[in-house]
Amino acid sequence: MPESPTLLYCRCAYAQVVPQGVKDAVLQKLCDSGASFETVSDLCEMAAHRDPRLKAIAGCGKLRIAACYPRAVIGLFHQAGFPLSEEGVEILNMRTESADEIAAKLLT
Amino acid sequence: MITHTHRPLRVVLYEGSGSIPLPAEARAQVMMALLDKGYAITRATAGTSAMPHDDRSLLVLGLFPDRKAPVIEDATGKVEVQTRDITDLDVGGIVSLVDKARGETPMNEPGKWKPWFPVIDYSRCTNCMQCLSFCLFDVYGVSDDNKIQVQNNDNCKTNCPACSRVCPEVAIMFPKYQAGPINGDQVNESDVGREKMKVDISSLLGGDIYAALKDRSIAAKSRFSKERSPDKALDERKKCLTKMVSDGFIPADVLASLPSPEDILRKAEAAKARAEAAIAAQSPA
Repeated sequence: MPESPTLLYCRCAYAQVVPQGVKDAVLQKLCDSGASFETVSDLCEMAAHRDPRLKAIAGCGKLRIAACYPRAVIGLFHQAGFPLSEEGVEILNMRTESADEIAAKLLT
Repeated sequence: MITHTHRPLRVVLYEGSGSIPLPAEARAQVMMALLDKGYAITRATAGTSAMPHDDRSLLVLGLFPDRKAPVIEDATGKVEVQTRDITDLDVGGIVSLVDKARGETPMNEPGKWKPWFPVIDYSRCTNCMQCLSFCLFDVYGVSDDNKIQVQNNDNCKTNCPACSRVCPEVAIMFPKYQAGPINGDQVNESDVGREKMKVDISSLLGGDIYAALKDRSIAAKSRFSKERSPDKALDERKKCLTKMVSDGFIPADVLASLPSPEDILRKAEAAKARAEAAIAAQSPA
């Protein structure tokens, strides 16, 4: 049986750059599913102080992250000292994609 | 120096064996409210594994039979686990319960601080050290192996992405910025115009720093060039300084030293020397 990915949702709570409607709808769809998932208030805030929890996230193996631009998310983890694996990590951009698109990719 | 070191409490919304699932709407509302206060939350359901815990305490919330939260101990003894039953509590009540469980432990909170700092895209960075030379606030430094790195997040001036605008490789991002490619959006290679973006930092920093780049007229027609122009970079530098004056953001003596051409020149020369030393150290003998 294939390893199921860890799901991570970033709320981007420290700045309003992710559309509120999209991030609310994505979280609602995660909650409506039967899946376990992780949520963080803000990946930027965590990266700023090199939160060791980023290490745990980066070490999860298969990972699907609902956050913002992939280039930024990869950079944040790298800069914090816990680079994401180049394989098995999928970053979904809530700044540009719809909630339905994000949820479909997260939960399939 | 990084001063924002208060890690949020990890809350687990437990819906696994021995608990009663929350109504979906209530679950989402609770999670939104806690996330917007700065907490990290795990939703744990039956039959799926959650991310490994780390070295902090955990607060486990759930609807438990007879309203009795089980006593849980970490097998390793490293993590303090608290459990709470949330039957009949509304969203506000649950947030209050979590706040109370956190007690006096300090934590960053949204609204009180904005995580604003440059993030380097090392897949694009050529280690040219232009950012090190450009930034007057010592945000950048050089690693032991002579690579450019962000060393002083807290020195960065909120909402100022000036260094990103002058990076010739479009390798500097500010994820909280609105527009691309500074926010991390994909870089349009046809718009890069690398040579156009090369800035004579020494002329910029020595003398009238604003006029220096103002004189460099670069047509800004594309979205990229609009967002990444030396004119904008200089305007933002100016705005930063003006705002610091109006906000009383930095002590007067520091402020007085910043716009002085002599000080800026000295700083620029020191940064340039550091940059040259780092570049020389990585070049083959």
